[in-house]
Amino acid sequence: MLSREFKDEAQTTADQDFEVRQHENISRLTHFFDLARRDFFKVLGGGLLVGVAAGHALAQESGRAGHHEHEIPKSLDSWLHIGENGQVTVFTGKAEVGQNIRTSLAQQVAEELRVPLSSIRMTMGDTDLTPYDMGTFGSRTTPHMGLQLRNIAVSAREVLVQLAAKRWSVNESALHASDGKIRDAKTGRSISYGELLAGQKLATVLPDDPDLTPAKEWKVAGTSPPKKDGRDFVTGAHKYPSDISLPGMLHGKIVRPSAFHAKLTSCDTSQAEKIPGVTAVRDADFVGVAAPNVIAAERAAQSIRAQWDAPTQISDRELFDELRKPAKDEDRDDDQFVLGSVEQARSNTPVKLKNTYTVAYIAHVPLEPRAAVAEWKDGKLTVWTGTQRPFGVRDELAQAFHLSENDVHVIMPDTGAAYGGKHTGEAAVEAARLAKAAGKPVKLIWSREEEFTWAYFRPAGVIDISSGANRDGSLVFWEYDNYNSGPSAMRTPYEVPNQRIQFHSSDGPLRQGSYRSLAAAANHFCRESHMDELAHELKMDPLAFRLKNLKNERVRAVFTAAAEKFGWGKQKSSPGRGFGIGGGTEKGGYVAACAEVSVKNGVVKVTRVVEAFDCGAVVNPQGLKNQISGAVMQGLGGALFEAIRFENGRILNPHLAEYRVPRFSDAPQIDVVLVDRKDQPSAGAGETPLTGIAPAVGNAIFSATGVRLRSLPLAPSGLPESGSNASA
Amino acid sequence: MALTLLVNGSEHHVDVQPEKPLLYVLRDDLGLTGAKYGCGEGQCGACTVLVEGSPVRSCRMQVSSAAGRKITTIEGLARGEKLHPVQQAFLEVEAFQCGYCTPGMILSAAALLENNPAPTNQQIIRHLDGNVCRCGTYGRILEAVHRASELRRGRKNA
Repeated sequence: MLSREFKDEAQTTADQDFEVRQHENISRLTHFFDLARRDFFKVLGGGLLVGVAAGHALAQESGRAGHHEHEIPKSLDSWLHIGENGQVTVFTGKAEVGQNIRTSLAQQVAEELRVPLSSIRMTMGDTDLTPYDMGTFGSRTTPHMGLQLRNIAVSAREVLVQLAAKRWSVNESALHASDGKIRDAKTGRSISYGELLAGQKLATVLPDDPDLTPAKEWKVAGTSPPKKDGRDFVTGAHKYPSDISLPGMLHGKIVRPSAFHAKLTSCDTSQAEKIPGVTAVRDADFVGVAAPNVIAAERAAQSIRAQWDAPTQISDRELFDELRKPAKDEDRDDDQFVLGSVEQARSNTPVKLKNTYTVAYIAHVPLEPRAAVAEWKDGKLTVWTGTQRPFGVRDELAQAFHLSENDVHVIMPDTGAAYGGKHTGEAAVEAARLAKAAGKPVKLIWSREEEFTWAYFRPAGVIDISSGANRDGSLVFWEYDNYNSGPSAMRTPYEVPNQRIQFHSSDGPLRQGSYRSLAAAANHFCRESHMDELAHELKMDPLAFRLKNLKNERVRAVFTAAAEKFGWGKQKSSPGRGFGIGGGTEKGGYVAACAEVSVKNGVVKVTRVVEAFDCGAVVNPQGLKNQISGAVMQGLGGALFEAIRFENGRILNPHLAEYRVPRFSDAPQIDVVLVDRKDQPSAGAGETPLTGIAPAVGNAIFSATGVRLRSLPLAPSGLPESGSNASA
Repeated sequence: MALTLLVNGSEHHVDVQPEKPLLYVLRDDLGLTGAKYGCGEGQCGACTVLVEGSPVRSCRMQVSSAAGRKITTIEGLARGEKLHPVQQAFLEVEAFQCGYCTPGMILSAAALLENNPAPTNQQIIRHLDGNVCRCGTYGRILEAVHRASELRRGRKNA
């Protein structure tokens, strides 16, 4: 088991590296980190401890003073501050985009610090106030930031116990902390944290092996308190980035190129400049305006005569052939995993199967598009924007405007979602450029069409799978080639003695980047669809076939839990009604989904889904269920109908009327089974729950109709009668 | 053009382009940012406000056609500190994730309950199908609308 865990950890690190590389590959505004990455791993590495200096006003000043070159602040106050009134302020560079970490991180601090949740204030994603953080992605918040903050909270609590012991001249072991007070059980006396800290300045160092509270003893973590600031979301009081307003603020509009990779050949802004209050900017290929209101900005932008020269580009019809061509980048690092010898095993394996699967580009469609408000004051730039990487955006801005990063302040108000789609700072840079020219603050909100066109997409991909099994159902070889979609969760959790698994980078035609669960959704779809095909080939029950080849106890457990809740095998499929299963593991999470579909007149409707999920010790069960159901819904869109269509450098469906996202009427009954493993460390949960649904649905469609679909989306315009996507 | 808007029970005098969408007047001229821009094409429902009690996509309504009519935004739904039953239910059920669709969802649901105090699942789904929750919180929103229906009855009977 131990070696298995190490393997998982190594895989997670490899995925993390890939994700970082992938960000760096997102084209255009490529002003990315290098030092940051090193420091990030330095801090998260085992046994490395952050120096801690606790205090209040004075030390808090040092926490605000600005740190050079991504230096991790060495004072506790940068991470956690306890005021004289008992108010606890936690500082983290993580960003809240709807995954509920403002609450779940606070719960973990409250647990270890032994304070009421209500006494904790979270300061997040503010580059002047919070310690450097590489970004909110990769399901790292719970396993890494959560653990960091727990360590820090334990450390702070120990300082407080020491201080009380000294004050009362008793042994520390006689004291304990609860409800924001240090208590002496023998005498019954107590003192609040605030009183203890009055006028004090403290310093300590995190212990090597802090004595964390085991999950079994959790009282605040492991429960489902109401969302912090929840009331602000139902009253409209919460200010999203697009809601920020500054005195004298103008509204921006960008003039977009005619197609991807277009160069500006001529540009006449004279008409725009005649409109009162309008500032027009042309800087290299950047063209935009700032105006007193949105209507004036739109008119001014429309009045600009811009000529673009765009190269001829391929269309989505040619996409999958294009992706098979290797990337031009000589330094590409295509992951490969080999075990045994597929070549030797192939010839004498009785049951063999070979198929190709494809995955379309899809868009994140966060309901709040990219938005930023930029203000210049005394040569310093402040930008409010929605991003998963406030420090990354700070660096982009510093680079774009030749500033020291100390002169750039990025503030990330809790944002209208991201799903991996807001790693970059396009709107921030654009708003700042316009604000600089106008000499006034500028707000820029991307239109939905801009978000669909000029953001980036989940990579499309082609996956070839060749496999073989013995007649008893034991897998013999597994050959897997993934072109462009990405290597996350590419490895199979099944026991196969002979494997060759390889990722091949391509130069895809569209700008691509991170997406909730990265390629794990695509790789789970392909692998679990193929496993289903093999099971049918072997005339075995798809679940039994999986379990026969599965040793990983946690993957087995989620499959079994989902199947039990679903009643797998209890009902037989009938024409037009079918059941499917799929699952796996990624980023420390274990997932299995069962789906029931009905197909009537070619219309596919997913009627019921059961998803079992294990992410170790659960920090917030209701928040987790919300994430899992949401991931199933989002995964359903990519599974059934979401696809970006494009031709010659243009997106053909850049509106919600043309790009279908899941709506109420698409929602199946979703039952979530939480496998709460209090004996296991808490893993992240925002992403992996998305990966089980597509194969479960595809396999259910096969069970209902006998039609095997090997392309995502499975049924963008209903079930095809015949065609490239389908084969019986 | 000088227009008078009746928003959340107050009169507001604005001087704006008559074709300016109501959404931008609410957000930029009146500072009521609860209504959100989501698509600008009436497809997502994030900009929903009530005009004379009916849900309207404020991104598609020119401000001139809203003048003089009673407009309710999310900011005007609570009575002082007391949340509207739909707000209360959304909060209790935690029927949101990022929350960006929530004001539009709540206003659409509030309008539904005015006309149909105890809707079925099918009626709720049909009524809210034009409101997108990209976080996929549909199951809980359904639960919240039923809960709001209960709360509403309780308040009426109290």
